[in-house]
Amino acid sequence: MEKFTVLQGIAAPMDRANVDTDMIIPKQFLKSIKRTGFGVNLFDELRYLDEGYPGQDCSVRPINEDFALNKPRYNGASILLARENFGCGSSREHAPWALVDYGFRAILAPSYADIFFNNSFKNGLLPIVLEENIVDDLFKSTEANDGYQLTIDLDAQLIKRPDGDDIPFDVDPFRKHCLLNGLDDIGLTLQDADAIREFEGGWKQQCPWLFGAIK
Amino acid sequence: MAGKTLYDKLWDAHLVKQRDDGTALIYIDRQLLHEVTSPQAFEGLRLANRQPWRVDANLATPDHNVPTTSAERLAGVDGIEDETSRIQVKTLDENCDEFGIVEHGINDPGQGIVHVVGPEQGATLPGMTVVCGDSHTSTHGALGALAHGIGTSEVEHVLATQCLIQRKMKNMLVRVDGTLGAGVTPKDVVLAIIGKIGTAGGNGCAIEFGGQVFRDMSMEGRLTVCNMSIEAGARAGMVAVDDTTIEYVKGREYAPKGDDWGKAVAYWNTLHSDADAEFDIVVELDGTDIKPQVSWGTSPEMVLPVDATVPNPADESDPVKSNGISRALEYMGLEAGQDISSIPVDRVFIGSCTNSRLEDLREAAAVAKGRKVADSVKQVLIVPGSQAVKAKAEAEGLDKVFTDAGMEWREPGCSMCLAMNADKLGNGEHCASTSNRNFEGRQGFGGRTHLVSPAMAAAAAIAGHFTDVRQMMEA
Repeated sequence: MEKFTVLQGIAAPMDRANVDTDMIIPKQFLKSIKRTGFGVNLFDELRYLDEGYPGQDCSVRPINEDFALNKPRYNGASILLARENFGCGSSREHAPWALVDYGFRAILAPSYADIFFNNSFKNGLLPIVLEENIVDDLFKSTEANDGYQLTIDLDAQLIKRPDGDDIPFDVDPFRKHCLLNGLDDIGLTLQDADAIREFEGGWKQQCPWLFGAIK
Repeated sequence: MAGKTLYDKLWDAHLVKQRDDGTALIYIDRQLLHEVTSPQAFEGLRLANRQPWRVDANLATPDHNVPTTSAERLAGVDGIEDETSRIQVKTLDENCDEFGIVEHGINDPGQGIVHVVGPEQGATLPGMTVVCGDSHTSTHGALGALAHGIGTSEVEHVLATQCLIQRKMKNMLVRVDGTLGAGVTPKDVVLAIIGKIGTAGGNGCAIEFGGQVFRDMSMEGRLTVCNMSIEAGARAGMVAVDDTTIEYVKGREYAPKGDDWGKAVAYWNTLHSDADAEFDIVVELDGTDIKPQVSWGTSPEMVLPVDATVPNPADESDPVKSNGISRALEYMGLEAGQDISSIPVDRVFIGSCTNSRLEDLREAAAVAKGRKVADSVKQVLIVPGSQAVKAKAEAEGLDKVFTDAGMEWREPGCSMCLAMNADKLGNGEHCASTSNRNFEGRQGFGGRTHLVSPAMAAAAAIAGHFTDVRQMMEA
């Protein structure tokens, strides 16, 4: 996983509540057996006017000019501003894969769905929870200023804005540690392999029917 | 000290290690695998040169992509016409072969939707921790298990370590007392709950469904309710173990046998919240008041009783919500104030991990029996949840009831719930669907989904529009 330390980038608005993972990446693109290449189909049904399918040349598709990400001022955005309960619905990790593949590295929203929130950290994508009025204010600043940029310093847990006070944010210390160092969870968990084996031995004594039934 | 909730007990029993930072390692007893969210996990294992920690903890079956017409199913995997779907199903076969994982392949008698197959085979049991790369894994909580959906990185993590890194969730109790009226089903109960608490209402929580309505409910009904916990934002939903649970599990293929059975039952009988357990959040509904439900919008919380009218955005004071209602009405092609029963239906889908079990099919067949699908309805798909459900339904003659009414009887799979295979809605078409999500485009580009029970879906198929199934039952 790529490290996340300090991110400076353009913020782009996704101004609706309850954005679901079907909207982030529609199901026809889930047939891929890879983790990459989903960026061109991020928000496919909102970005393009026609129906998308895997393997298509997206550069020739009709564009929905009204959709924020299609506006030149948000070109190259790496920070997504969003509303409450972002990423609800399906557990598909293709949603954070698509966001990262497109170029996003952080999301700012009042709340997230649990599975999406979890999946994001595992892919170097930082979902930050902010008070609703702060998010509102960032939406206003983003819309009022062309090329509005924010700087997110994960170590200091601060969002630096050009037009106001720094915004502090909370992050789970374990997830912060993994992001700052680009660490893979599996390697860390396997450092506890002895504890897992010990637990497993006791559990097998207690509930033997849970072992070996499927073979 | 207060007693423990069911969730507390399941958590404590599986706690391998509590870390100082608040996260914990939780031992996982069962992982279900399907073709869509597993290929990248297996690839991850290969790249890191890792082996599964415990092969016998896993069970695989293809469901999301499989075609449901008998013609396309005949030739097995090679017969799948869509190349990308075929590759994905083949990849699951190859990965299971390579790593030694038991798989019920595309036409195996054990194949079906993972969340139908697990309980049906006794592969998911009371007291287990269950995961799957699918958000509807919450289904298995109906057995008194701690079950939830995970992402692909976590699928790989569980394969490699048999553990999940978790932070303990909050305890939420949804209590529904009273007695359900005739024609009101478990699906209506869960839709009414989601309508009340909203799609984010259970975020960060494990929900326990308690109260008279759930004590009276069959196991299949409880599976339907727990299935949609995620639509209320909760990763996990569960129901306490009782005689209904134990009767259901007894004799199933992978259920404990002999001496183990007695030991297991003794343990399972402890799997309920203590009388003095404290919940962080309690929500109460009166089951007697619940009517058949129909979703009108593009989020499962946008749901109302069948005798209601479509809401008006002008009546909502919160601008983000009002905006959401306006957008939903536009996408759904509905007018504010329109009667729900006036919404016409173009297609009907009865199936999905929510509502494709035998009782669901019986409920739909009771309405369809001796009636015909309305001329204005283009297609009614009946997709059993598993090969076993299909065989039992056919033995009871349900397939004949459906085909006599002008409905199509299909092969098991996820089908039009998410339209990864050929079963999908056309642009602008309204669908009465027994599935779980009415998101934009979910059942096909521009498709308009209305979530209902199997009985209400069958009634809509006959009437050509939404209608109160209770009136058809009186007729």
